[in-house]
Amino acid sequence: MSDTLEAAPPPRLDERMGRKSPLARVFARPEAGALAGAIIIYVFFFAVAPSFRNANSFSSTLYVSSTYGLMVAPVALLMIGGEFDLSAGVAVTSSALCASMFSYEFTTNVWVGVLVALALSLTVGFLNGWIVVKTGIPSFLVTLGMFFMLQGLNLALTQTITNQVASPSISNIQGFSSAQHVFASSFTIAGVNIRTSIIYWIVLVAIATFILLRTRIGNWIFSVGGSAPSARAVGVPVGKMKIGLFMAVGLLAWFTGMVTLFQFNTIQSGQGVGNEFVYIIAAVVGGCLLTGGYGSAVGAALGALIFGMVNQGIIYAGWDPDWFTFFLGALLLGVILLNNYIRRRAEANR
Amino acid sequence: MTSTLQDQKKTAEPLVRLTKAGKHYGNIIALSDISLEVGSGEVTCVLGDNGAGKSTLIKIIAGLHQPSEGTYEVEGQPVSFDSPREALERGIATVYQDLAVCPLMSVWRNFFLGNEVRKGPRMDIPFMKKTCKEEMLAMGIDLRDVEQPIGTLSGGERQCVAISRAVYYGAKVLILDEPTAALGVKQSGIVLKYIIQARERGLGVIFITHNPHHAYPVGDRFLLLNRGRSIGYYEKSQVTRDELTGLMAGGSELEQLSHELESAGGEAASVAALLEEEAEELGTASHGPGTTHEPSTGNPPA
Repeated sequence: MSDTLEAAPPPRLDERMGRKSPLARVFARPEAGALAGAIIIYVFFFAVAPSFRNANSFSSTLYVSSTYGLMVAPVALLMIGGEFDLSAGVAVTSSALCASMFSYEFTTNVWVGVLVALALSLTVGFLNGWIVVKTGIPSFLVTLGMFFMLQGLNLALTQTITNQVASPSISNIQGFSSAQHVFASSFTIAGVNIRTSIIYWIVLVAIATFILLRTRIGNWIFSVGGSAPSARAVGVPVGKMKIGLFMAVGLLAWFTGMVTLFQFNTIQSGQGVGNEFVYIIAAVVGGCLLTGGYGSAVGAALGALIFGMVNQGIIYAGWDPDWFTFFLGALLLGVILLNNYIRRRAEANR
Repeated sequence: MTSTLQDQKKTAEPLVRLTKAGKHYGNIIALSDISLEVGSGEVTCVLGDNGAGKSTLIKIIAGLHQPSEGTYEVEGQPVSFDSPREALERGIATVYQDLAVCPLMSVWRNFFLGNEVRKGPRMDIPFMKKTCKEEMLAMGIDLRDVEQPIGTLSGGERQCVAISRAVYYGAKVLILDEPTAALGVKQSGIVLKYIIQARERGLGVIFITHNPHHAYPVGDRFLLLNRGRSIGYYEKSQVTRDELTGLMAGGSELEQLSHELESAGGEAASVAALLEEEAEELGTASHGPGTTHEPSTGNPPA
């Protein structure tokens, strides 16, 4: 039947592979568009904003990126697994509020509040995942409901408990300095001040990439997002995987909440609204498919970096920050179009 | 085509045997009084038009449903499967039409999905890539790159990945659900070649199809279904390809169709004439068994 194929035995490295240039290979990767976008934006602000060139200000750009990036990584994994979490932005605030108000009101050690917040965040993640898996309702709707509920709780409980719109400062409570040391310290290398959250971010992206590409769990994440029925048919525990991914988002929401809390001692109850879209857009810019089954943690991290650079770059360039969202939207659209174009070109060359 | 290996295995119990099996859904009789067997190194074809009960039969053998009457034996032991997993453990693997693959994932990731080989916490990727390549080669597919997304393979090749995956995980019996339905002529030929190769490896194959031209060259036995009942169960020696086609199409139905078309007139009338010819030919057909379409399968590449 395949006489035509067998008539000429193919050479070892066969002729069908020849046309793919190394450049096409790089561009076929999901993070290609985000990398190109990050370079363009870096060069742009490097050119227009002199203070952007300073190492210390770049370090603080990285810090801002890391506060997004810590959440973008699990949100990207969740998206590769085929689900959304719209409650991710306010969940960070909920966790921080919970930790600070619990230890303040019950006069416990800060670490007790931190652990209570961890339990809360994991529970929220579990609930999101459990409802999505059990009912089959799109996660967009389930987590939208969770988003509004958490937002309401954040505002109402903070008002009720403290009579204010922010949590009380916890810097005098026992355990604060050790918690601050863990979550929000900094160190200096060659005169450049570096926040530890940048290190946490890099480690997290490395772990996420390892999990995605080198472990069985990663294989399963791709499969539940790519085709859940197929994954189920070969024995992948689809429900558990999805709940696990939602809980990973919860875990990092807690961690990001702690980083923010111990950086500033206090948390605004209305904070975090809108960040859920930042996380999702950063993941998409980084090459994650909205429909799931494809993406990369490194790409998503580059998406977060683009966000941080635009955020800080506008300030360093001395522009009116009111223009921030406009520039952000325009740049994101640009990167997504670029990403799309590059991927099409790369696929055509396959 | 009947190798000595096959003759030896003949003495053993068949891998799968259904006796007078039936399935009711409430008061709807989906399937009744079906008997079928497949042994090692044999291909049993199940033929039937849409709605004939082929899917119900697959579901019974694959362990999705239990027969409401009759018996189901695997290697001589009566079985009652509660899930496809249990059937799989007994070596009965089903390759469904939609293939259960994730199109955006690479070939090797799909091949090992759910059965990843691990070294500590990480996957043993070099081993998996190598094995995937080798297994595909054993089926006669020389993949350019096991890293390519499985969605970039042709339908026939994807079908073969699914088949070789089942074989690799120790399947003794393969149930192939319409593997050639969505394929072109050449692709179908490739799939038929792999069915023969699976048989040469000593597997039992249950090949579900509505195309007698695909079934006849590779089959050892043929079960014909119509409206949930068996309308014939033949050894290859008992039936010719044209008889099979005639039984499938139902000669009288073709004739009726031709009359209907004739009365429509115009273009349809010429079609009607052709159909009538075909029906006549099938009614009286007794040519040699598949003289023209039998592929030369004597020495498949080992």
